[in-house]
Amino acid sequence: MKFTIGWLKEHLDTKFEDSQIIEKLTDVGLEVESFEKVISDLDNFKVAKIINAEQHPNADKLKVCDVDIGEKNTVKVVCGAPNAKKDLLTVYAGPGSVIPKNNMKLTVSKIRGVTSYGMLCSESELNLSDESDGIIELKSNKYSDKVGKNFFKNNTEKVIDLSITPNRPDCLGVRGVARDLAAAGVGKLKNTINTKIKNNGLQKIKVSIKKDKNQGCTIFGTCLIKDITNKESPKWLKDKIISLGQKPISAIVDITNYVMLDLNRPLHAYDADKIDKEIIIRNSEKGETFQALDNKDYKLDNDMCVISDKSGVLGLGGIIGGTRSGTELNTKNILLESAYFLPRSIRKTSKFLNIDTDAKFRFERGIDPQSVETGLKKAAQLITKICGGNVSKFDVQSIRKYKKNTIKFKIPLFEKIAGFKIKDKEVIKILIDLGFVVAKKKSELELTIPTWRPDITQPIDIVEEIVRIKGFNNIEILEPQKNRIKETLNKQQKLFHFLQRSAASKGYFETVTWSFTDSKINYLFKENYKEIKIVNPISTDLDVLRNSIFPNLAFYIKKNLDRGFKDISLFEIGPIFKDNKPGEQLTVIGGIKSGKISRLNWNEENRLVDVFDAKKDTIQTLLEAGYDRQNLFVREKSPSYYHPGKSGSVYLDKDDIDPVAFFGEIHPNIIKKLDIKTEALVGFEIYLDYLKDTKLKLKDSKSKFQFSDYQKSDRDFAFVVDKNFKAQDLTEIISSIDQNLIKSVKIFDVYEGENIPKDKKSIALNVTIQSSEKTLEDSDLEKINKLIISTVEIKTGAKIRS
Amino acid sequence: MSDIKKIKDEFLNKLSTDLNIESVIQIKSELFGKNGKISNFFKNLGSLPPEERKNFASDLNFVKDELQAKINKKIQEIEIREINSKLENEKVDVTLPERDIVRGKIHPVSQVIDEISSIFSEIGFSVEEGPDVENEHYNFTALNTPDNHPARDMHDTFYLDDKKELLLRTHTSPVQVRTMLKGKPPFKIIAPGRTYRSDSDQTHAPMFHQVEGLHIDKNINMGHLKGCLNYFIKSFFEVDKIKMRFRPSHFPFTEPSAEVDIGYEMKDGKIVIGEGDKWLEILGCGMVHPNVLKNVKINPDKYQGYAFGIGIDRLAMLKYGINDLRAFFETDYRWLNHFGFDPLDVPSNYRGLSR
Repeated sequence: MKFTIGWLKEHLDTKFEDSQIIEKLTDVGLEVESFEKVISDLDNFKVAKIINAEQHPNADKLKVCDVDIGEKNTVKVVCGAPNAKKDLLTVYAGPGSVIPKNNMKLTVSKIRGVTSYGMLCSESELNLSDESDGIIELKSNKYSDKVGKNFFKNNTEKVIDLSITPNRPDCLGVRGVARDLAAAGVGKLKNTINTKIKNNGLQKIKVSIKKDKNQGCTIFGTCLIKDITNKESPKWLKDKIISLGQKPISAIVDITNYVMLDLNRPLHAYDADKIDKEIIIRNSEKGETFQALDNKDYKLDNDMCVISDKSGVLGLGGIIGGTRSGTELNTKNILLESAYFLPRSIRKTSKFLNIDTDAKFRFERGIDPQSVETGLKKAAQLITKICGGNVSKFDVQSIRKYKKNTIKFKIPLFEKIAGFKIKDKEVIKILIDLGFVVAKKKSELELTIPTWRPDITQPIDIVEEIVRIKGFNNIEILEPQKNRIKETLNKQQKLFHFLQRSAASKGYFETVTWSFTDSKINYLFKENYKEIKIVNPISTDLDVLRNSIFPNLAFYIKKNLDRGFKDISLFEIGPIFKDNKPGEQLTVIGGIKSGKISRLNWNEENRLVDVFDAKKDTIQTLLEAGYDRQNLFVREKSPSYYHPGKSGSVYLDKDDIDPVAFFGEIHPNIIKKLDIKTEALVGFEIYLDYLKDTKLKLKDSKSKFQFSDYQKSDRDFAFVVDKNFKAQDLTEIISSIDQNLIKSVKIFDVYEGENIPKDKKSIALNVTIQSSEKTLEDSDLEKINKLIISTVEIKTGAKIRS
Repeated sequence: MSDIKKIKDEFLNKLSTDLNIESVIQIKSELFGKNGKISNFFKNLGSLPPEERKNFASDLNFVKDELQAKINKKIQEIEIREINSKLENEKVDVTLPERDIVRGKIHPVSQVIDEISSIFSEIGFSVEEGPDVENEHYNFTALNTPDNHPARDMHDTFYLDDKKELLLRTHTSPVQVRTMLKGKPPFKIIAPGRTYRSDSDQTHAPMFHQVEGLHIDKNINMGHLKGCLNYFIKSFFEVDKIKMRFRPSHFPFTEPSAEVDIGYEMKDGKIVIGEGDKWLEILGCGMVHPNVLKNVKINPDKYQGYAFGIGIDRLAMLKYGINDLRAFFETDYRWLNHFGFDPLDVPSNYRGLSR
């Protein structure tokens, strides 16, 4: 919503300074986006100084000038004027400027091999005089300190640009803004509406509102203005239109626009001679078409509110008129429309057709239904004044009566909500200034709501009116109470924060990526999940919700590798989606790691990252989160995006069916498909939702402290087992032989090759044996040794390696 | 007596010379070995007349102790000397690099969420969450934003079905609705999380973060709202004083509604919060609209309270001097390293938000 202070003052009698008005607008909830002059084409012409002028190398009559235009660097300008010389003050026009004399738009161009950035102007080129022999010579006493400043003074008034919230359609007109300011004490609202107008004769074009179902128009007011002379608008009107950054069109169009901006009363003018017999406001039928004033053809659906005549659709009511009945400079007779359209209908139609106009914006938010005649009057008055003509009587058709609504307001509600008190008298004054009719009964007010305020329907709306006009700065600051109803974080939230920092502590950089991703990448990781399309994606490569934490991690690790990084660890913790319904999402922490460990290290051997790095990060994270290593169980099963032989899944318990985590090397085909340039790429993912409530509180997780000081013995074993035999099973078998004596089992070597059959491997383990009751004798140790060997051999078919 | 004195003096002398460890052990065995000189005296103690025995034994023990102490001291001296001389040859260049340090980083958004949670925890708020995918009802209708309401246009919504019933939440406010539906007042919650709008340019990202606040009880008024936000902003920016301005605004789900600006100034190209005469909008808030309370079956005549919504990314930008919103989500390793936080820097009530 744009207007000038001058325009505001047509409605508001005030002594306030501009800056005070601006501040007050913000204080009452009319946010000032900007307060500045509209940029004019003439702002491109700057006072400039020639710093140096040299002969053009390829042309006798041209000079190459270095020109100071008040910026950091001088610019080079090729100039043909004989008077161009060092230290001359003149006028410079930069690229993009339009020269007033010939409307030529300047560009950066080469003149005989030398690039010229703009030009130096003569008086004739600026329409200042006929002098065209040389460039302007400015007097140094007047202009020497103005280098870089605009040569032409910008005479347009400063424009206020308000951002009006959708609840305040009344402030989409200057008068509404003035009313709010008056209520806030900025001045007095002027009574500007001159009610005198001569109406001669009847409006002879028949108007009827069809009683269709969901008819979007309830009031349709018209008047016929005959024998007008449409023309260019007078200067005051043109200036108003220009100051808002719009282009004047013709008096008729400019006047209807002006009334709309002034009173928030949209109008439409038809060329009366182009109307076929009568006006019918009705619902459209599917397939009807018309050409709108934006020169686009629209194909209509059923039940859109259209203004039509005998031959068809003339326009979309309250949204946009049609070219068929549009006014032109030679229009002689006009039919002026001032109507009321239902916001719901406007919104539905404009959304369907994707049209946005000033009228639509206003009707959608709610126009004062009682402003129909006021609008006709004001516009008719201006039209007759500017274009002449005779105005008919007003014809107002309506299918619904608009009563003034009333509301009961208990004054104490204000203090209950706002937390501070103001006098009843002041409450009443504010409301009256805002246009309410107030009747007081003890502490209750009976309020008649102004018809231009469709937003006010209940007592809380009145509280808002009073508090915003009185000023939010009157609200006291009450120190917060520290009482707590619930613990800050629940278990799952604590786990989230813990795992996040746990992963970061292992060298991973946390990233936050979109919850959506490229369906082509997502496809590689989605497994059995359903693809969830976004109907209106921001771009085609962000078209689905992610089914996995990996698509974005893979995409971004590639980007970073392409930047020349090699050894990268990234993780993200966030949602992945199973379906497009609320709640069908899982929280996952996923990590991805590329390249080498100890690259370019002077004292450590470098190696590629591998599945056991991913496994370590997964297991350690789970241990840190409080899960017992003894219970964790690993299987080979993993999703298809992992290397089939170098990946696994982790279960909280051997008997669990659902894994809580996956780890492994990323499938080489995926690395290839995504063209990820790295020597090695591994990843892991932990599903927080599956970790639910398995964790004890710290106070419950500490068992009794038990230890043994008796002598420990270490024994090494090497078993030859089938190649596919799982090491995890071997350690588990040995550990469970005698849990009292066997304290730990560590695998220290796995060997395949010479001396071992092809389908076998050798696993070497170190077993720590210790009793908590006595020092073990050699015979005890021998016994347990034998038991280990026999149990392993029987249970696994392994052979001890001699 | 004179014999043992002689032996004592003789060996003390010997031990005073420069010896190696072997010589000292040799001396030790000469004195205390099986046939050592002192050992032999002890062996012969029995043959002495009883009246002499006591004194002699006492002298002998004295000499033994003195010699043993001397020997032990000598051994220690030699060992230390030997270690020291060995160390001479064990010098490394300690200016060579240490072994590789693995150091991860926490994203600024996560850090700021933890900071916010910590601050609100101090005044008794708990954290609630809600789904990223919402339906039209929770995101709009229940929040007093019916289908024909122009306020819906302020949210460029991502839809997940053609009927426009399923969508990505455009704000964290639906968590208010979900929380109030599943519990009974009073409520005192914050809800941080991801939010989505189909808007993308220098200052808008299609995904961003908000934290919702909600406090509903019997007598919560706008003074409490102001107090809560005043406390939060001061704590968050770690300043003692803050300039705060409440501007009337409009949100369908609160009334009265306000936008809050904080005062700032530019110093050396950086934003300094809490001083100056420039204003920066940082959040929207208001008293929860009675219609919203009715929608979640709470009697608005009995209960009332405030709600607010703050842009987390924007807070992070202001506090940590980050200029570009889009960079938050572009996963540039250099950016993450630069603006990320050490995982050990956990914001908490007792140790404060930062070092």
